[in-house]
Amino acid sequence: MGGDGYLISATGLVKRFGDFTAVAGIDLGVRRGEAFGFLGPNGAGKSSTMRMIGCVSPPSEGRLSILGLDAASHGPQIRARLGVVPQQDSLDVELTVLENLTIYARYFGIPRAVAQRRAAELLDFVQLADRAGDRVEPLSGGMKRRLTIARSLVNEPELVLLDEPTTGLDPQARHLVWERLYRLKQRGVTLVLTTHYMDEAEQLCDRLVVMDGGRIVAEGSPSALIARFSTREVVELRFDLADLDGARGRDIADTLTGLADRVEVLPDRLLLYTADGDATVTAVTDRGVEPMSVLVRRSSLEDVFLRLTGRTLVD
Amino acid sequence: MLSTLLLRVDPRRAGAVVERNVLVHRRGWIVLLSGFFEPFLYLLALGIGLGHLVGSVPAPGGGTVPYPVFVAPAMLAVQAMNAALTETTFNVFGKLKYMRLYDAVLATPVTPTELALGEIGWCLARSGLYSAAFLGVMAVLGLTPSWWAVLAWPAALLIGFAFAALGMALTTFLRSWQDFDYVVVIMMVMFMFAGTFTPLSAYPAWVRPLVELTPLYHGVALTRSLTTGSPDLGALGHVAYLVVCVVLGLWIAARRMARLLLT
Repeated sequence: MGGDGYLISATGLVKRFGDFTAVAGIDLGVRRGEAFGFLGPNGAGKSSTMRMIGCVSPPSEGRLSILGLDAASHGPQIRARLGVVPQQDSLDVELTVLENLTIYARYFGIPRAVAQRRAAELLDFVQLADRAGDRVEPLSGGMKRRLTIARSLVNEPELVLLDEPTTGLDPQARHLVWERLYRLKQRGVTLVLTTHYMDEAEQLCDRLVVMDGGRIVAEGSPSALIARFSTREVVELRFDLADLDGARGRDIADTLTGLADRVEVLPDRLLLYTADGDATVTAVTDRGVEPMSVLVRRSSLEDVFLRLTGRTLVD
Repeated sequence: MLSTLLLRVDPRRAGAVVERNVLVHRRGWIVLLSGFFEPFLYLLALGIGLGHLVGSVPAPGGGTVPYPVFVAPAMLAVQAMNAALTETTFNVFGKLKYMRLYDAVLATPVTPTELALGEIGWCLARSGLYSAAFLGVMAVLGLTPSWWAVLAWPAALLIGFAFAALGMALTTFLRSWQDFDYVVVIMMVMFMFAGTFTPLSAYPAWVRPLVELTPLYHGVALTRSLTTGSPDLGALGHVAYLVVCVVLGLWIAARRMARLLLT
């Protein structure tokens, strides 16, 4: 570990591809045992950052130290102690489920007998033991994801990097993945993950950074971020699309002035940020505004993101 | 260049790449058989068939040899080339671009050089078996008049190594399956004109330097000088040429792989 007590520490980290700047100078510190998240929309620079941390993408500028080693000069040594779940599963389609784990272990120089034992344990852990001898191709998306997670654990890593671990999975499969990741966290494994799902970030992350346009725009625990950048509750007023078109949306928002701390106009709804949702709803009705539907909910990271960037996460 | 290239190579990790291929082919071993038969078919058609018409040809060390004795070592070299290029172009391209296999491998401690060496190692293990079998059959058919022929086996391995390294390097420049037309043309031209079926002296003077430029020519000249029992200092020249191909190919392949995958 680094002298500064961080498992990952980055200063002024930049990644450029030709003229395009994917990561525009970020600073981070991830502590041992924590679950750390990168939250942001597609193209925010999350994956580029993850690839730099995984030592498969050299930084264009800045300092990056992982497990106390310099990423620029100690790639193989660092990768030996990392587990990586890439955005695309990249499983070996010519091997069986079990062989995907045993052969992957061999890339780390793990002896065959140890590889066999660990592979069997890990298949149990991700509930794929009954598919051990099957080909990879016919597995469902959720199973492939779980197998990739199992694969990332064959070298008993201190740090596991997960790039959008549940993107594209159905709700049930997502919950199964979350549950397994939560167990890993309880075992003391440090997790670093990217996501554009706020519920995933809230479920799994102790601390997270919100990324937008290659920069970090906020940092903190999910609850602290919500407390700092949003109100306790949100009233969602849904309208007919035509009603919120252009100036008309603004007009409705003007009618509601003073009823909430802040009003956001989205293409299909208005968001009213307020401490007491029910009271705000009553006040809205009093002013003669008649939305198609009304929803009162707690503030989420989605609201934090909207506040910070003026955009929604998944669009 | 070779020493800096190999200095930090961990043979166990390159070995794991070989192991992966062995495991895959343990199930599909039937495919491996095709590589055994190809050179025999050529030998049968050209050596025995054409040999009847041609009779004897000048031997590398002076004198003449029957045509089958002349053409068989060339088939040994061609087999090594074909096995190496098929594996490192078609198969490696599939793993690189479509299976995205290497993305996963390079996330482990395996380096691009180790990955390239592993793929080449597998390719050599496979073509080494073919060469040994073919050389054995040549001996049985009386096509190896000299004990020097024993060295034709390591020579075939070197030829395979050179073409595997060059093939690997070439593959990193290919964009789509259409580009494989070029690979096929290159293989075909070398097969036909690299001194395989005729002595170098049979070509017009202006063509000879072009022939001597091809790696296969040096491979053929090397195996032929060994199986006919007439290696001289020129053989060392051929070895040197092939070694340069190995180093150059490996160096380019590892650098290009890193540029393609570690972006």
